Amino acid sequence: MMYEFYALLPLVFLSFSSLLWLVVDGIWKNKNLNFLGTFVALLVTFVSVFISLQYSDIVSGIERNQLVTKGFLSFNGFSYYFDLVFVFAGILTLLSSRDYQQTKYVELNEFYTLILISVFGMTIISHSNNLLTLFLGIETMSLSFYVLAGFFRKSNESVESAVKYFVLGAFATGFLVYGIAFIYGATRSLYFDELSLLIQSGSFQKTYFTIGLVLVLIGLAFKIAAFPFHQWAADVYTGSPTTIAGFMSTAGKASAIFGLYLIARYLIFPFSGIELTKFTSSQVQLVIAIISALTMLVGNFIALVQKNVKRMLAYSSIAHAGYLLMGIVANNPEGWNAIGFYSLSYLFMQIGAFLVLANLETAEVDFVTMEDFSGFSRKHPFIAGTMSVFMLSLAGIPPLAGFFGKYLLFVSAIKAGYLWLAIIAVIASIISMYYYIGLILYMYFKEPKLDFSPRLGLPLVSILLCLVGTIILGIVPQYIIDFTFSLIR
Amino acid sequence: MELILTLFIPLLGAIVLLFVNRKKSNFIKYFSLSISVLTFVVSLLLLSKFDFNNTNFQFLTEALWIERLNAGFRIGVDGISILLVMLTTFISPITIISSFSAIEKRNKEYYFLLLLLQFAMTGVFVALDLFLFYIFWELVLIPMYFIIGLWGGKNRIYSAVKFFIYTVVGSLFMLVAIIWLGLYVGGNILQMPGGFTSNFLQIREVLSRNIIPIEIEKWLFLAFALSFCIKVPLFPLHTWLPDAHTEAPTPGSVILAGILLKLGTYGLIRFNIELFPHSAYFYAPYISILAVIGIIYGALVSAVQTDVKRLVAFSSVSHLGFVVLGIFSITVEGMQGAIIQMVNHGLSTGMLFLAVGILYERRHTREIAEYGGIARVMPAFSVFFGIAMLASVGLPGLNGFVGEFLCLLGAFKSPVLNSYLFSIFAATGVIFAAVYLLTMFQKVVFGPITNPNNHSLKDLNFREWAYLVPIVIFIVWIGVYPKFFLNYSEKTVKSVVSKVHNQTLGNASTLNNPNLLKYIESNLGAKK
Repeated sequence: MMYEFYALLPLVFLSFSSLLWLVVDGIWKNKNLNFLGTFVALLVTFVSVFISLQYSDIVSGIERNQLVTKGFLSFNGFSYYFDLVFVFAGILTLLSSRDYQQTKYVELNEFYTLILISVFGMTIISHSNNLLTLFLGIETMSLSFYVLAGFFRKSNESVESAVKYFVLGAFATGFLVYGIAFIYGATRSLYFDELSLLIQSGSFQKTYFTIGLVLVLIGLAFKIAAFPFHQWAADVYTGSPTTIAGFMSTAGKASAIFGLYLIARYLIFPFSGIELTKFTSSQVQLVIAIISALTMLVGNFIALVQKNVKRMLAYSSIAHAGYLLMGIVANNPEGWNAIGFYSLSYLFMQIGAFLVLANLETAEVDFVTMEDFSGFSRKHPFIAGTMSVFMLSLAGIPPLAGFFGKYLLFVSAIKAGYLWLAIIAVIASIISMYYYIGLILYMYFKEPKLDFSPRLGLPLVSILLCLVGTIILGIVPQYIIDFTFSLIR
Repeated sequence: MELILTLFIPLLGAIVLLFVNRKKSNFIKYFSLSISVLTFVVSLLLLSKFDFNNTNFQFLTEALWIERLNAGFRIGVDGISILLVMLTTFISPITIISSFSAIEKRNKEYYFLLLLLQFAMTGVFVALDLFLFYIFWELVLIPMYFIIGLWGGKNRIYSAVKFFIYTVVGSLFMLVAIIWLGLYVGGNILQMPGGFTSNFLQIREVLSRNIIPIEIEKWLFLAFALSFCIKVPLFPLHTWLPDAHTEAPTPGSVILAGILLKLGTYGLIRFNIELFPHSAYFYAPYISILAVIGIIYGALVSAVQTDVKRLVAFSSVSHLGFVVLGIFSITVEGMQGAIIQMVNHGLSTGMLFLAVGILYERRHTREIAEYGGIARVMPAFSVFFGIAMLASVGLPGLNGFVGEFLCLLGAFKSPVLNSYLFSIFAATGVIFAAVYLLTMFQKVVFGPITNPNNHSLKDLNFREWAYLVPIVIFIVWIGVYPKFFLNYSEKTVKSVVSKVHNQTLGNASTLNNPNLLKYIESNLGAKK
């Protein structure tokens, strides 16, 4: 009982504090209090993950019926790792959001609380051991994202992105729920561990299961913006507040990928040995591999021609989802570990890049184009250097975080026999080099045009955190790699 | 310890430089110079402790980095890399001195990048871990990209991007090959706990057991070769080179020609020949044909250039062709020649670029037609320019001759190429080199002064003397007494070549080649 409570600490803290700050905000409209409160909540959660991790083994061993959560939640170490990733993303976003809101003359406390709620949703995803829990997590996260995307209600782009996101997201959720219903109908279970045993034994209704699986995959593909369901991502990320775009495209994506990892690990690959269904798991694997390949290529090709940096990053994030899918395709501990590592490194570099953009925006200027960055390094060598590090890392140049992430993904894919996928990923990376390097080119090699005045203070702190993360993960990646490996079971 | 210092002193210097006030430009200059001179001194210690009778890697240092992937910080030098390390530490101070006048803006970033570049290049030559090698290999790109893009000429942005993309294309395929190799050797053969290894020595040892199916080995060979041949650059992949050279600032060109291109040829020996002897044997004729085409093509294109720097750039394509030919002759002579020719090309072409830079700083043009009669106003300069030019042509007594001669000899004797045509065609490159270099020299240096702007040119100043004289010393030294330098690589090259031949001896294609057996018996003393 008590152990379970300890193991649930992060979720408890997150849910409790998000409700608390929502109520507190209704009573005292104090901006400092709310911001600080949210920050403390996230920090406490961050620390509590490490405490909970101590109990994860014990609780995992307990019989399902003796748990309060009745097996709806999993206490896998890997889930806690993702908790850390999500909470950290929340902290980075929060630190920079206040200043960003103030420049846009809209500061509302709900912004912070919504970040907290979305992080809570993500942690539910990472802890889900049941298709319904997974669905609840995705919805909790998505609903707060819909609001956050349209938070600047006076800006047309922001509202447009929110509506687009909401309509398409709801559509995707429909697929997801429908698929879950089919799977339940076919197997009479929603628990991942039970499902995987059921599927191995072969005692389930194959046709409905197939339909359900396809629907669930479509729903999740929407959420991670994989080809051919990637269209919404660019508009949504471009229109929404920049700090939120960074948050959605990293933590949001990572949580959806985690959902896909659960589906792949427990529903798709268990039937590898059996020829009971109309299709084999290696065929599904192949389909995901093709989706992954197309996602990378399409994302990078469209990003290649973007003039607006935010849009470029949005499309590139589609490509990065494609890279992450390689880890799902590989379906080996290396692949899962690579997903874990890449999610963390992607968080640092992508949020970092978005935060630099956010830091340059003013009340009037919404978008920064490549041209605007001309000669940026003359006036602001430090921020230009930081941005270059993020770009190089996104491009996968060693020894930065992004390189190791890609390296691990390549290793897992090649190990799983998907050499061709690795080669396509290489080609996609080469394409991406061009625009990542292109931004550096503008910053350093062109004559100055505009004069930005980057803001100091908290936004700079979170940019610095991202910079440190990108470099540290590149130079000493072994700690994270060993940490995740020790957690995967 | 010496090796670690040689590798890390430039990096430390670069880091210190980050914290120096950018306004203290003199301090920045002399600080970077002293760092690189210090590195050179340390590398001399390295050389003095190097035992050239030992064919194994020396100064081995090993520290595990990512345990799970068995990737480590493993460095060491052998007879093949020691001279190239020395070349790097020797050329670097020279480029720094020559930068004093060539670089006028953003000193701090420039010297930071230059030191970082030196670190990365030394790293490529000493890395004994495929993973580490790849990291250094890519790390070389970034400083060079910035050096071309920030301090380059008119068309610098185009050239910088072209340089970057070309090199990245090759290296990413190499990365896939490295991973495949690591998984195959580490997982399937050695059963490492992480299922992966990138330890070069381990991989080389395993591969020498002829374990990989030949068809797969060919693909691996091609993936590595693509990356290296782009860097060399071998004939159809050379188009980035003239642009990069022409647009880069003088010191950038010197580093490009002097060291960067050698990363490719070094890689060809270290990986393609040592790891994949069967495929090396199989592809040697094809690559040699490309090399010979490169020799002749580079020479012919040089002959019609009107821009001095572009001319020297294309001559690099030609000269590097000799190196590749020497390597893929897979003979002791050829490979020895290739190594010494790498050093030679670094010295003589580096010096040609410096000379062009000296002219450019005075007149701000590189058109041959703008000059003429320089000898009358700049006699000392003309002498140095002449020496560099003659060394590049391959005049006996200067270094170029030794290298080219050995490469041609190797190709001539080569049992793998098994045809005299390679040397015959390649030798025409030497003649062409004389044609275009002498013509250029004559147009620039001799004759009456036709352009009034040239009347008032100043001859070399002390600083320019200071960096040209050391190069000339080595040019003459290698030309007159090459044995001193050849000694360092001889034993190692011999062991590499005999390993290749012994390993491929069972091949079907080997059996039909009587020359090969004859060669092995007479030169390598192997009994089979």
